[in-house]
Amino acid sequence: MANADFEGRVYPADAPYSVGREKIREFATAVGATHPAHHDLVAARGSGYPDLVAPPTFAVVVAQRSEAQYIQDPEADIDFSRVVHADERFTHHRPIVAGDELTTVLHVDRIVSRGVISMVTTRCEIYAVPQQIEVPSPEAESPGEHVATVVSTLAIRGEDV
Amino acid sequence: MTRPDISTLSVGDVIGQRVVTFDRADLVRYAGASGDRNPIHWSDRVAREAGLPGVIAHGMLTMGTVVNVVVDWAGDPGAVVDYQTRFTKPVEVPDPGAATVEVTGTIGALDVEAGTVRVDLAVTVDGAKVLGRAQALVRL
Repeated sequence: MANADFEGRVYPADAPYSVGREKIREFATAVGATHPAHHDLVAARGSGYPDLVAPPTFAVVVAQRSEAQYIQDPEADIDFSRVVHADERFTHHRPIVAGDELTTVLHVDRIVSRGVISMVTTRCEIYAVPQQIEVPSPEAESPGEHVATVVSTLAIRGEDV
Repeated sequence: MTRPDISTLSVGDVIGQRVVTFDRADLVRYAGASGDRNPIHWSDRVAREAGLPGVIAHGMLTMGTVVNVVVDWAGDPGAVVDYQTRFTKPVEVPDPGAATVEVTGTIGALDVEAGTVRVDLAVTVDGAKVLGRAQALVRL
């Protein structure tokens, strides 16, 4: 049973994930995404992007890395061998492109247990870290430009009786 | 690439149809590319221990693949501003062999003022739905 005490927990912005061109090409190939803007720099720039564009579900790579902070915490009581993915949603505030440095703020929004099933919903707010070296403003409320929101629900089956 | 003209579209229009296959090599490739190394996607033993009939595809592989119908129609991967689904039925991937996934994209809603179109994806294996409420919001 997932530990309900984690509901509402917010993890601080994590170490940035560097979006590389070859990673975008590799991910695009793995999901059969043949659009030239994923693979060819000239095509991507011709479509108005600064660099290769990530496929619509690429943010899962970034989100999964951040979710591990919670899911792999033994205190969270999530038995990964009993997990199935229930739903997923990506909201893109702007497309992810190669060269982005992405930091994620992880929210554990909801933990509901009914019978032997726990449903856990996490939300990853993904930001692009500013590229220029700037003097950090102490009143800055956000770690950078808001790029994407990834909401994911896992279903965890408890021990069979 | 030409982009669809929203004024010519109607709810119910089919924007694309496609058949895709997943074999075990596709699963291993997705595991590597995505970082999702859960053994239920490559080990029959672990999959059976987890109560599954055998190795299943990553839900995210199915989700990530079927949206290509939308991207190719829209002509721009950045046009997909929101994309969601429920994973309603696991996709079993035999060895030897492959799973065959059928996708149909239909216009579910139009907002001409906002310039957005909701594409609903029907995704089936052997006639059974594997994704529920698979919807992509596209800005044209």
